[in-house]
Amino acid sequence: MIHDQYTEKLSFPVRSMTKLTETIWSMVIECPSVAEQAVPGQFVHLLPEGDFTLRRPISICEIDRQEGALRLVFEVRGKGTAVLAALKPGDTVNMLAPLGHGFTLLSRESRVILVGGGIGTPPMLPLAKHYGENAVMISGFRSEQQVILQADFAETGTETILCTDDGSAGVKGLVTVPLAAAISTKKPDLICACGPMPMLRGVAALAKQNGIPCEVSLEERMGCGIGACLVCACQTVDRNGDTQFLHVCKNGPVFNAEEVVW
Amino acid sequence: MADLHVKIGDLTLKNPIIPASGVFGYGREYEKYYPLSLLGGIATKGTTGAKRTGNISPRIAETPCGMLNSVGLQNPGIDAFIANELPHLLSCDTVILANIAGATAEECAEVAKKLDSTDVHMIELNISCPNVKQGGAAFGTSCTAAAQVTKAVREATKKPLCVKLSPNVTSITEIAKAVVDAGADAVSLINTLLGMRIDLRTRRPVLHNNMGGLSGAAVFPVAVRMVWQVANAVSVPVIGMGGVMNGEDAAELMMAGASAVEVGTAIVQDPFAPLRIIDGLNQWLDDNGVANAADLTGTVKPW
Ligand SMILES: Cc1cc2nc3c(=O)[nH]c(=O)nc-3n(C[C@H](O)[C@H](O)[C@H](O)COP(=O)(O)OP(=O)(O)OC[C@H]3O[C@@H](n4cnc5c(N)ncnc54)[C@H](O)[C@@H]3O)c2cc1C
Ligand SMILES: Cc1cc2nc3c(=O)[nH]c(=O)nc-3n(C[C@H](O)[C@H](O)[C@H](O)COP(=O)(O)O)c2cc1C
Ligand code: FES
Repeated sequence: MIHDQYTEKLSFPVRSMTKLTETIWSMVIECPSVAEQAVPGQFVHLLPEGDFTLRRPISICEIDRQEGALRLVFEVRGKGTAVLAALKPGDTVNMLAPLGHGFTLLSRESRVILVGGGIGTPPMLPLAKHYGENAVMISGFRSEQQVILQADFAETGTETILCTDDGSAGVKGLVTVPLAAAISTKKPDLICACGPMPMLRGVAALAKQNGIPCEVSLEERMGCGIGACLVCACQTVDRNGDTQFLHVCKNGPVFNAEEVVW
Repeated sequence: MADLHVKIGDLTLKNPIIPASGVFGYGREYEKYYPLSLLGGIATKGTTGAKRTGNISPRIAETPCGMLNSVGLQNPGIDAFIANELPHLLSCDTVILANIAGATAEECAEVAKKLDSTDVHMIELNISCPNVKQGGAAFGTSCTAAAQVTKAVREATKKPLCVKLSPNVTSITEIAKAVVDAGADAVSLINTLLGMRIDLRTRRPVLHNNMGGLSGAAVFPVAVRMVWQVANAVSVPVIGMGGVMNGEDAAELMMAGASAVEVGTAIVQDPFAPLRIIDGLNQWLDDNGVANAADLTGTVKPW
């Protein structure tokens, strides 16, 4: 075909699929060229096979340059993620990646607090790897059945604090309680967070009260994933206090918490 | 390999495939993937007199074989477009269709006037956006208003003028005739069909705007029908679009009467869609012994 030389191959082999909980899957995709470029906080855009017009955005949970692979951890929410969860090793998946703007990476010696809520915990793992024992990872889940990735975080040397809403694992309560304590003992250089909006709002408020820079990874429904179709708008304020719409796929998914209109 | 060149009036395109307005921004995001010179043309994001911030999210919902959007014409305004985007687009060696819109006929005319002194190749006047409260679709659904806005723009510019029609009308041929009588050099169709989805769990519409425009494969048969009807009703060139996902769809729309084909939703799904569609069309032409893409236009043999 005339344009073969310009048309990138978007299909990549699935190397492994592991079930982490009743609804959450871990998928490793063989994609050396993507792994080479990817940075923490970026996402991939997967097109499930079947009658799907839109791709599904999923955050990158591990970047393994040596193995030329990416790991994704995702929850089955609807039809698209159900099709993705049914993939077997050796199948191929249609993926546009890496996309978006990731977390600021400070030097490894910096003190950083990472906060993940539910299915927002996976994108924090590459950061835990980067900062190792200089980071604290606070994860929050509804209950024991939803807890994921605690061994992976522990392996990075990062101090881990686990919270559940019902106290069935770790400490009972919201992540903002241990976060407030960690802020006063650690005096962190940066807080990075991903999770449901109410959690992010709480984290951003604590960071602001204590004058600590904070970056949050946001979600919005997406189309193209590269900043052209303008469907993934989120309201932000710039330094002059003017509000504007930025785009989660291109300007984000990671934003400075000060920019976000909470 | 077939000769893919086609003409829209006096403009020559190197192939019939044009990314549709709204899915391709001003081209910059796609330039990272391939040279824009491979495209027949580019229809730029709908641009208005002043900057518009657009609607509140969610602005997109998936539907069977398609999608709804309610972007609401987010754009930086015509002055910023001319200063920051157009010079680069014009250096990309492809035909640039500047898609414009406005709340009033005066606003549309003013935008067109500003473009008149640039080197843009064609103005695509959108009288059919379903996602803005004023103007937009209101122009596109009445013959009088459609003719009035077309006339105002016609008087403001000597550029080739293409008017983009709404499918949300009782008789698209009547609107097409009205805008051609008012001075349009070409017509393009279809814009999105007004639609809606509701999240059963929350009883909330998926789109924050409640309603939005339906596009993608689901609308293709409607596009074929309307292109066919309009091509038979007017004597100016027709640019067809709506649900074109592959080269065969493009061939079908050309047979129905389109001189060139715009591609929207397929690009939202796959950034390489325009290249795949050009290749697919070329393959179809070769397989069927058609030497010139331009010869395909309007060759349907109706019963
Ligand atoms: C930047 C980003 C990173 C993400 N990372 C992860 C991750 O690492 N793990 C994970 O499990 N989930 C993640 N999500 C959420 C994930 O994209 C959705 O759960 C998924 O798209 C649902 O698809 P579905 O077909 O199963 O659901 P359906 O409800 O059938 O989907 C219908 C449409 O809505 C969209 N949609 C539904 N829910 C969401 C949502 N929460 N966010 C964005 N679009 C949505 C779908 O993409 C699809 O277009 C992320 C979302 C974003 C924006
Ligand atoms: C996200 C999105 C944004 C759009 N924005 C515009 C626009 O600004 N101006 C316009 O004339 N049409 C706009 N359209 C309509 C398309 O140009 C096209 O007419 C329609 O989507 C049908 O083609 P398709 O099925 O190939 O997408 C938009 C469509 C989509 C999906
Ligand atoms: S998804 Fe298209 S601009 Fe963000």
